[in-house]
Amino acid sequence: MNIQFRENQEAASPLTVKTAIADCDIHPARATRTELYPYLAKRWQHHLEVYGVHAYQGVMEGPPYPKAQPNASRRDAYPPEGGPQGSSLSFMQKQLLDPNNVQLGVLNPLNTGQGIRNHELSAALCSAINDWQIDKWTSKDKRLKASIVVGNEDGLSAAAEIRERAGDKNFVQVLLLSRNVEPLGQRRYWPIYQAAEEAGLPVGVHAFGFGGNPITPSGWPSYYIEEMVGHSQCQQSALASLVLEGVFERFPKLKMVMIEAGFGWAPSLAWRLDKAWQRLRSEVPHVKRPPSEYIREQVWWTTQPMEDPESREDLFDVIKWIGWDRLLFATDYPHWDYDEPSRVLPAGVSEANREAFYLGNAKKLYGIN
Amino acid sequence: MTSLIAGGIDCDVHPAVPHLTSLLPYLNDYWRDQVTTRGMVDLISQSYPQNSPITARPDWRPETGKPGESLEAMQRHVLDPFQLKHAICNPLYGVQMVFSEDMQAAFCRALNDWLAKEWLDRDTRLRGSIVIPMQSVEKAVAEIERCAQDKRFVQVLMLVMGDTPLGKRALWPIYEAAERLELPVGIHAGSAYHNPPTAVGWGSYHIEDYVGQAQAFQTQLTSLIVEGVFAKYPRLKMVMLESGVSWIAPYLWRLHKFWRGVRMETPWVDRAPLEIVRSNIRFSLQPFDAPPEPETLIRLFQHMQSDELVLFSTDYPHWQFDGQDALPEGLSPDLVRKIMIDNPHATYPRLT
Repeated sequence: MNIQFRENQEAASPLTVKTAIADCDIHPARATRTELYPYLAKRWQHHLEVYGVHAYQGVMEGPPYPKAQPNASRRDAYPPEGGPQGSSLSFMQKQLLDPNNVQLGVLNPLNTGQGIRNHELSAALCSAINDWQIDKWTSKDKRLKASIVVGNEDGLSAAAEIRERAGDKNFVQVLLLSRNVEPLGQRRYWPIYQAAEEAGLPVGVHAFGFGGNPITPSGWPSYYIEEMVGHSQCQQSALASLVLEGVFERFPKLKMVMIEAGFGWAPSLAWRLDKAWQRLRSEVPHVKRPPSEYIREQVWWTTQPMEDPESREDLFDVIKWIGWDRLLFATDYPHWDYDEPSRVLPAGVSEANREAFYLGNAKKLYGIN
Repeated sequence: MTSLIAGGIDCDVHPAVPHLTSLLPYLNDYWRDQVTTRGMVDLISQSYPQNSPITARPDWRPETGKPGESLEAMQRHVLDPFQLKHAICNPLYGVQMVFSEDMQAAFCRALNDWLAKEWLDRDTRLRGSIVIPMQSVEKAVAEIERCAQDKRFVQVLMLVMGDTPLGKRALWPIYEAAERLELPVGIHAGSAYHNPPTAVGWGSYHIEDYVGQAQAFQTQLTSLIVEGVFAKYPRLKMVMLESGVSWIAPYLWRLHKFWRGVRMETPWVDRAPLEIVRSNIRFSLQPFDAPPEPETLIRLFQHMQSDELVLFSTDYPHWQFDGQDALPEGLSPDLVRKIMIDNPHATYPRLT
């Protein structure tokens, strides 16, 4: 979170700053509105100019709830050569990758082809953004790895995109967003999980997205903060759906990463699922084991925005209940609620857990040596 | 398991309306005629299918009829064995699903009158909640004011999932009336099903809806806090009923953090969300959705940083625990007393 509001900051340990880290949630942006056009057929360029993207939301531009800062990004992250925050590789290197000794940076592009009602356009934009990630980012800096962005509402074309990119070492995961037309466990999304499992790629589910559903089960709220907090509820419902539809049972080698939705709620959700499952398992016979077991074995969590209880012991409880081997450090660069690597983890963590948290878990999950 | 103490308050029991026709004596001629002429059927919410395991504990399930429809059974199952001083009746009859504000108001009025006559009149330990027609704020306020004259009604009752987030300003006259009349507002699990039951759409399963209640409570707390309900009505108490409790602390860490980050958007929220919850929000004990190990439970209560948040409930006849084990293991005698007696009395001024 914004560091000017943080209290009780631990003094940064020089050791921590120098140690190599993985940043599992970096948002690369386009410098110009038409930066993707070289990767799009003329037909789609024309379509975008005339009709726009026609998303599952009313506004033609920008988010339905205005963010707290331009592009929801740090005011100090505008590249000197112009363009929005996160749109310059050289400035990202200078501001994020070099000073923090980022050894692995996972790119999660937003505002792509996801959440678009025209599924053909969605597929075309996703394919374009994947080419763009290679050209502009991963081919130019080996520390960076891309996510395969897929047209989320059309499982078949999404699976085709995954198969086309499978084996390409530029990519380390498949990227979905949490808010879709239906909860993510639904059958329409299964081809995505099948293809990801076959390709040996984790599926990252990043908070946000648009599927047309109100962001509360009681209708649309008023404020940006409600949308922000609400992402963790969306993520909980999406994960509950994945468990209860039997996605983890059907795809036992599938790994999923919950990105930017918090992790403090994970133990509570798992306990609640287990308790309800004890009572109601006859309704979901395809869920063969207690839900918490699937979550423990097949789900990882990025850390930003870091849970921030008053007592660090509370934080350590929650991490212990989830497992120190399941957290992946992330900054969310260049977004305004960026987590500063040296300030995230309080003192009192063993060196082994610290290394796993900042780097080891990510390298293992994403298969980076 | 932790020992119960006598004289407790059960803040969440569910008397069942046997059938829509049970309300006919409490409807006027017009609505009686509407119900019969139009062939209206029983209003059973899919939140609690009658035969679902969570809807009734096996040993609390009657041979015929709906679980919870018999006062004698409720006396035998909870009022007597738990040695309760009071139990607060929260009818979950599906009137919230009705779309017409006129029909809904008629049904709510009938339901409240039915509760007073067929339950509160028959056992002096029972107290009632006022079910209100949320399709019309004006009619909801009128029903609160009508029922509040009967001091045995101790709270206003709403469902956690309705047409709009509960903090919305249009609903504030309800909160004004509740505060004025010393009625906490109880928000119970369940949906009017006027919106998808999760924020990511319609799931496939009953279990999914049930698990999702916790997320619905979380979004409603956010709405109530950031819209400024408790800045405007500082004496108003709200009670989350059948909400689960293990999510409270981590949810508040997140809300608190974001409030610190973007409080400029809602400057009227002049106290930290944590403080607002401590002073204005309470939670019923069951379902206690945490693992059974006492050491985890003790840590969860420490995470909440308050021993005043939780109110005793059995959630009768829903199946949340077996035998007399309503209190999870590991609670200190002092905390038991607070949960069973002190906290409910501090929350409900009309309980004497």
